[in-house]
Amino acid sequence: MKDCVIEITHVKKSFGSNCVLADISLNLQKGENLVILGKSGSGKSVLIKCLVGLIPIDEGNIRVFNQDLSALNAHELNALRRKIGFLFQSAALYDSMTVRENLEFPLRISKTINNTERDALVTEALKNVGLETVIDKLPSELSGGMRKRVGLARTLILKPELILYDEPTTGLDPITAGEISELILEIQKKYNTSSVIITHDVECARKVANRIIIIKDGAPVATGTFAQLSESEDAWIRSFFNKN
Amino acid sequence: MATTNSAASEKKEVAVIVPVESRNPYTLFIRPILHEVAMLARFCALFFKEVFAPPYELKELIRQCFLIGYKSFPLVAITGFIMGLVLTIQSRPTLAQFGAESWLPAMVAVSIIREIGPVITALIFAGKAGSGIGAELASMKVTEQIDAMEVSGINPFKYLVVTRIIASTFMLPLLVIASDAVSLYGAYIGVNLKGDVSFQLFFLKVFEKLSFSDLFPAVIKTFFFGFMVALISCYKGYNSNKGTVGVGESANASVVLASLSIFILDMIAVQLTSLIT
Repeated sequence: MKDCVIEITHVKKSFGSNCVLADISLNLQKGENLVILGKSGSGKSVLIKCLVGLIPIDEGNIRVFNQDLSALNAHELNALRRKIGFLFQSAALYDSMTVRENLEFPLRISKTINNTERDALVTEALKNVGLETVIDKLPSELSGGMRKRVGLARTLILKPELILYDEPTTGLDPITAGEISELILEIQKKYNTSSVIITHDVECARKVANRIIIIKDGAPVATGTFAQLSESEDAWIRSFFNKN
Repeated sequence: MATTNSAASEKKEVAVIVPVESRNPYTLFIRPILHEVAMLARFCALFFKEVFAPPYELKELIRQCFLIGYKSFPLVAITGFIMGLVLTIQSRPTLAQFGAESWLPAMVAVSIIREIGPVITALIFAGKAGSGIGAELASMKVTEQIDAMEVSGINPFKYLVVTRIIASTFMLPLLVIASDAVSLYGAYIGVNLKGDVSFQLFFLKVFEKLSFSDLFPAVIKTFFFGFMVALISCYKGYNSNKGTVGVGESANASVVLASLSIFILDMIAVQLTSLIT
């Protein structure tokens, strides 16, 4: 029996009268790549932000690494967040910092790391994403794909046990999107991480998913492997996979 | 077709009905202002809670002092020089009517040190540093950079807001002192455009009439100006939430509200100073 990394029970979230998450329950096992598929506006990004406490939930319960998010104080929440990597849709690199400074930024909390170790960690993280040469560049000098890779390198630098990917391939050409998907798989194998991947890119889902959950109007409508869901009897789910 | 028309007319009816509550002046104007003031007070309270708690972001504080203080100096110096020069040129004819041209250095100096220097420099500072802070933080918010800091386990409020407010609070008084000095030099040039007063005589006349009570309250109030400029700018930027439109709105609101707050604080400071002295 594998360990449960994330356990979401009857989570609801509304913004005013707009109900974004209707009633979501799901879990993520250790070492698993869980893809959450859904149309734009179906509540995927809100859900992933709820998982790290960026957006508070209205009802239900979220447990990450067996810790109830709502019961944690700010200090405990920060400690938990250090075990979680988050790749933002826009990569969210700090504009005023170079790639090196971006990668060093999450390490500032750790007082035990000296300069040599810091340099080694930065180099290793950049090597993992194949971008050692851009270390002294500013984010504005990088392409969209490179920014995503650097964002991923920054996510990896704290060696997280769980990585949350928010639309990792959005806005990228098919080749770069494919490379990012490969990278997600490599990272899972290399570091034995568990991942939640939010996407509406079916090709990415096909490559990386161990299990897929499809969300519609803030609630899960189907779960299964890529092969199971693409052969679903439900026409809407099949249409998602471009099959009539 | 008939159904569609009926639905359209129903929509029109709904559009013209304005709830009584939304026409109430309290709901329209006063409540949003009170809400904004309450949120600003809460933001300010959070600053005082975070400012004394470790870790202290000294490196970022020094960087902000450089960006906010040092980089604002050229603009503040040019403005100060022109201010001193123009004030002297404009005041001379009036003083000449009363045969009191010899009072020109002292009069200009008291005006600059007590009031014009701190207020004009603070307004220029609000325009440059305030709008910069508002736009930068709003842009970081829109592009999820603040969220990225938060999920890294780093307190973005401490790193971004606390450092900027402290830097602004301590840099503005220094800028005002520098601006005052340059203004007096501008005034010296202004005096000499239509006269011949030596550098020593000019400053002798200036310091004859200036006292500690002119300088001290004027400098003290600039700490509050600097604090308020950064507090409002950080508040507006940090709470921006309307995409790229919000970035522009935050920069704009930062300058407008910070400038307004400078005048309000100045009015309070002048009243307090006159009460004390």
